[in-house]
Amino acid sequence: MVQYSQANFDATFGALSDATRRGILEQLGLADASITALAERFHMTLTGMKKHVGVLEQAGLVTTEKVGRVRTCKLGLRHLEEEAAWIEGHRKLWTERFNELDIVVEELKLKER
Amino acid sequence: MEQSIVNETKIEKISELELVVTRTINAPARLVFDAFTRAELFRRWWVPKSYGLNLVSCEMDVRAGGEYRLGFLHEGATMEFFGTYVEVTPDSRLVWTNDEGDAGQTVTTVTFEEIDGKTRLKVLDRYPSSEAVDTGSTGAMPEVLNQLEELLGSLG
Repeated sequence: MVQYSQANFDATFGALSDATRRGILEQLGLADASITALAERFHMTLTGMKKHVGVLEQAGLVTTEKVGRVRTCKLGLRHLEEEAAWIEGHRKLWTERFNELDIVVEELKLKER
Repeated sequence: MEQSIVNETKIEKISELELVVTRTINAPARLVFDAFTRAELFRRWWVPKSYGLNLVSCEMDVRAGGEYRLGFLHEGATMEFFGTYVEVTPDSRLVWTNDEGDAGQTVTTVTFEEIDGKTRLKVLDRYPSSEAVDTGSTGAMPEVLNQLEELLGSLG
């Protein structure tokens, strides 16, 4: 089972707190891009862009893959936090449903007596 | 009261496309089955109050091939959930499809197993694709993911 991790959520918040990084995500939402292309697009040095991409990668928002000499970045939305949140959402949904269901069946039991 | 302890809800993603929810209900299977199949009972518990949705209609034709349709009102907009019952075995098994999503049918299988007057309830959701898993109708995403969705929403 995936554990709901506060540290990962903090990493996500941190990653999203920067305007350039939000821009990078938007850019990658349109198309995958190399670090070099992103650096050019955001008028930044290669080293600077690598740092930003590193933060996004750490947060699971971006994945990178190196083919030959080019490192390609893409959105990594299907990360663990999302799955944990998804399961948590279902847990909440069903817990609420079952609490109400308990009340309904208790009434049915009383009526039968 | 016979019991004051709330039974534990167990929830598990058993494969990429399958979610299983299990819970014991302190009542015989036929009563739990009633609560799932009689519209006037079903509508009282199926939609969590915390969702802020108003269930305005609930039609259920509970037989194999029969349809169901739930109508909601949320902040002035109407929404519908609908699908078809595939299998109806009184007091033991219920299978229905959920057809309103764009990504294909989600199939829900509910089994009711009676043990010592209590019902072991198992709900299995099978999603048609991982895209359908992503858009599953839970609505309870943490704030940070809502933010992210908003940010990326316009990008399709």
